[in-house]
Amino acid sequence: MSTPRLKERLVALIVLAALLFSPPLLLIADRSAAAPGWLVAYLFLAWGTVIALMAWLMEHRHEE
Amino acid sequence: MRSSVVVLTVAFGYLALLFVIAAWGDRRAEQGRSLIGSPTVYALSIAVYCTAWTFYGSVGRAAQYGPSFLLIYLGPTLAMLMAPFVIRKMVRIASAQRITSIADFISARYGKSSSLGALVALIALIGITPYIALQLKAITVSHAVLVNYPQAAELRLADESFWADKSFWVALVLAVFIILFGTRHLDASERHEGMVAAIAFESLVKLVAFLSVGVFTVFVLFNGPAELFARVVAAPELTRLMSLEAVPGGALGWVGMLVLAFLAFLTLPRQFQVLVVENVDERHLKRASWLFPLYLLVINLFVIPIALAGLLLGDVSGDPDSFVLTLPLSAGLEGLPLLVFIGGLSAATGMMIVETIALSTMVSNQLVMPLLLRSRHLHLSTRGELAGWLLRIRRVAILLILLLGYLYHALIGDAYSLVTIGLVSFAAACQFAPALLVGMYWRGANRLGAGVGMSAGFLIWAWTLLIPGFAQSGWLEAGFLDQGPWGLAWLRPYALFGLEGWDIYTHSLLWSLTANLGLLVGISLFTRQSPLEQTQAALFTEAMHPGLVQTTLWQGQTTRGELRALLDRYLGGAATARVFATHPDEAADDSQPAPPGLTARAEQALAGSLGSASARVLIDSVVRGEALNLESILSILDTTSETLEVNRRLEQKSSELAHASEELRAANERLRELDRLKDEFVAMVSHELRTPLTSIRAFAEILRDSDDLPDEKRRHFLDVVVRESQRLSRLIEEILDLARLESGRLTLEPQRLDLVALARHSVDAVHRPQENRGVTLEVEITPETAMVIGDPDRLEQVIINLLDNAGKFAADDDPRVLLRLERYKDHYRLAVEDNGPGIAEDERERVFEKFHQIQRQEGGEARGRPRGSGLGLPISRGIVAHLGGRLWVEQAPRLGGACLVMELPEAPAEKLKAES
Repeated sequence: MSTPRLKERLVALIVLAALLFSPPLLLIADRSAAAPGWLVAYLFLAWGTVIALMAWLMEHRHEE
Repeated sequence: MRSSVVVLTVAFGYLALLFVIAAWGDRRAEQGRSLIGSPTVYALSIAVYCTAWTFYGSVGRAAQYGPSFLLIYLGPTLAMLMAPFVIRKMVRIASAQRITSIADFISARYGKSSSLGALVALIALIGITPYIALQLKAITVSHAVLVNYPQAAELRLADESFWADKSFWVALVLAVFIILFGTRHLDASERHEGMVAAIAFESLVKLVAFLSVGVFTVFVLFNGPAELFARVVAAPELTRLMSLEAVPGGALGWVGMLVLAFLAFLTLPRQFQVLVVENVDERHLKRASWLFPLYLLVINLFVIPIALAGLLLGDVSGDPDSFVLTLPLSAGLEGLPLLVFIGGLSAATGMMIVETIALSTMVSNQLVMPLLLRSRHLHLSTRGELAGWLLRIRRVAILLILLLGYLYHALIGDAYSLVTIGLVSFAAACQFAPALLVGMYWRGANRLGAGVGMSAGFLIWAWTLLIPGFAQSGWLEAGFLDQGPWGLAWLRPYALFGLEGWDIYTHSLLWSLTANLGLLVGISLFTRQSPLEQTQAALFTEAMHPGLVQTTLWQGQTTRGELRALLDRYLGGAATARVFATHPDEAADDSQPAPPGLTARAEQALAGSLGSASARVLIDSVVRGEALNLESILSILDTTSETLEVNRRLEQKSSELAHASEELRAANERLRELDRLKDEFVAMVSHELRTPLTSIRAFAEILRDSDDLPDEKRRHFLDVVVRESQRLSRLIEEILDLARLESGRLTLEPQRLDLVALARHSVDAVHRPQENRGVTLEVEITPETAMVIGDPDRLEQVIINLLDNAGKFAADDDPRVLLRLERYKDHYRLAVEDNGPGIAEDERERVFEKFHQIQRQEGGEARGRPRGSGLGLPISRGIVAHLGGRLWVEQAPRLGGACLVMELPEAPAEKLKAES
């Protein structure tokens, strides 16, 4: 918690993850049926992005 | 190779390997070289979340309900994102209070209440035992599939005698394992390092096994994802599986399941055990907060491909819950199915080990100990004996829990599919969430509210999920589900109060959590907390408070002897010696009063073994007076937070002050500069006025004193006097103009005028004198009219001034001046150029300073050109600025000397129309 804005960034990430994983965005991904598996691809992509952002938030200050 | 003997040898060999790893982990811990002191091991141990249910059931669920299985992992991902806030606080509280389980945590928060602890323990026992049964069932089923394939693994557990059931023996081996590695120390809040190491290892095994099946399915059975995908697209009933349609309850069910998984991840006893109790270092949370979600993502990558592949292959793959086994089996493989079986075994055993330890601790500390402490008989028992008792209680509890799980599995396990049991358990664990989470952040939540809320939530859970499960197993008549009990439709378990059409888990979660949370908040608002509750509430909610650590909160009186006897009786000699070693005092004998720190340490030691509620009862039995000083702790918290607040405000004030004084200093600086400028101005004005005055006076005196001057000379002198007087009055006029400009009292009469006409007029005015001085004046006006708003007299003054200046500074041989007027965007630009030496870049702004005069090279004055006052340009700029325009200097583009540009905005068009 040494970076002053880490808390704010974490909160923002949590909100982002909650939005990505819940219906309004999900329904869009579900209905824009470019291909049958699009919803699944969207879920894994969103999930991976959230994890990558969290990893970056948690680890990058070690290297500084 | 799939003979029963081989499979059993491998399975029990694997369990033996776990023993070795756990023993090694414990040995390393004793040597002080901990195996689990790494964030990666911590993250892997959290992966005990992935049970046999994940391993076999995810594929089954994906085959039936599409992507909804992912929710079970997205919820924990959200929870881990919050780890730096929520779980970190839980870890901090648990280590300060020596918490041993989630029941202990909740009981400690609400005034170390033993009844609340017992309630949590009971709910956990009822809610979680089926989950343990589920693991045993998974082991049995997977074993049967492995051995019997390609025959269907028809299982009739009731027909088999229990000694022929492999899961019975697995349960027994696990009981031995857990007793060996889970109850080595009495102090349950001390880490079970060997066990955690074994769990982390199991997490790796199940991950490798699952990925192997996934890779095999996608790349060997189907030549890569493209082919699999192409075949799925060809089968429309399969593409439906990859959309939201397949999710029970649709979008609403989706959110409900997300919340369910999120809360359950924090409240399942085994997750609480690995996340909080077994946490060695709260900094490990940092790595785990993304590594564990990553683990979940990776282990779920192949779930959908495997499910789709199994469905595509049809009959050979059998039940979806067994696809991971049947797919490699159908290809005739021998080794891979065995690996998968081991993976499933590790997922199941890992869960059972941790869950059983957590449950047995709860049972011994929250259910049995409080009962034992009430009986007079035990208080009189001899020293050290209770320590042994406690361990025995815990071991018996382990055996009983596993046996209960086995019985559940053997008797009613057949009735449920794997996933159903798992989710029912999740929903039971969720009932701890309000008391746990609200209690951590709201100081006002009290014991009565938590107890009533949790009980209500539990009853609704039982009504909406547990009992319907029995009904579906045929234990109750089926009409119960459709018509409600006694024909009361509003009591139908799956449509309580007429709420129909919801997915059953979301439905149950909504009602149970609403009641739970509502009662917790409502009752807390209208009842009082006991002093101890207030203290504990403060300690929990303010756990991250920096001032809390070094505070000693004891004020009750007891002697060292009494304390020593108490610890001896319950913890044994060695543990007692360790506690007293923290407060060594040579002089003190056992009749001396115990220092407050020692009393606190003693209660902690007892809490670590017996749970906080029992420890509290024991300490109370030897301490006289109010043991915990409520006033002092509340005042510590309040004063420190007040001090912090005051400090924060002071800091803010002082930074504001610093800011203000900085501004003051700058203003002062500006004032001083202005003052200096004013002095300079006054000096210059006096100087400028004195020069013509001096010559007027000198010539006037000559005229007065010398009567014999020739007429010609006299006329010349008079000419000089007149010229200097004109100069003087012009100068005074200019100074007055400037003063008016600067004070803002310059009266301009803006009107619409044509700049073209004005420019021509001005040129005419200066044409003659310029010509007399040999200056060539060129005019170049592009627009026909140039309507601007301005004061015609003042503008003409400006233009004449510019032309004058240009004439003065034009080159000595062949002096030329050019006036250009052109349109630039919605402005008009009037530029006056000369072919003189030009003005250096850094001089360009200074020509607009008052009395600034450009140093003419080698005596330009000698050529008889009039000297400027140095006020013309500042006044011109002031006038132009007043009219909304700009005046500046640039390099002359045509003649190469200086170029003064005046820019004025075009007059608004509507006025033009109105006039025309």
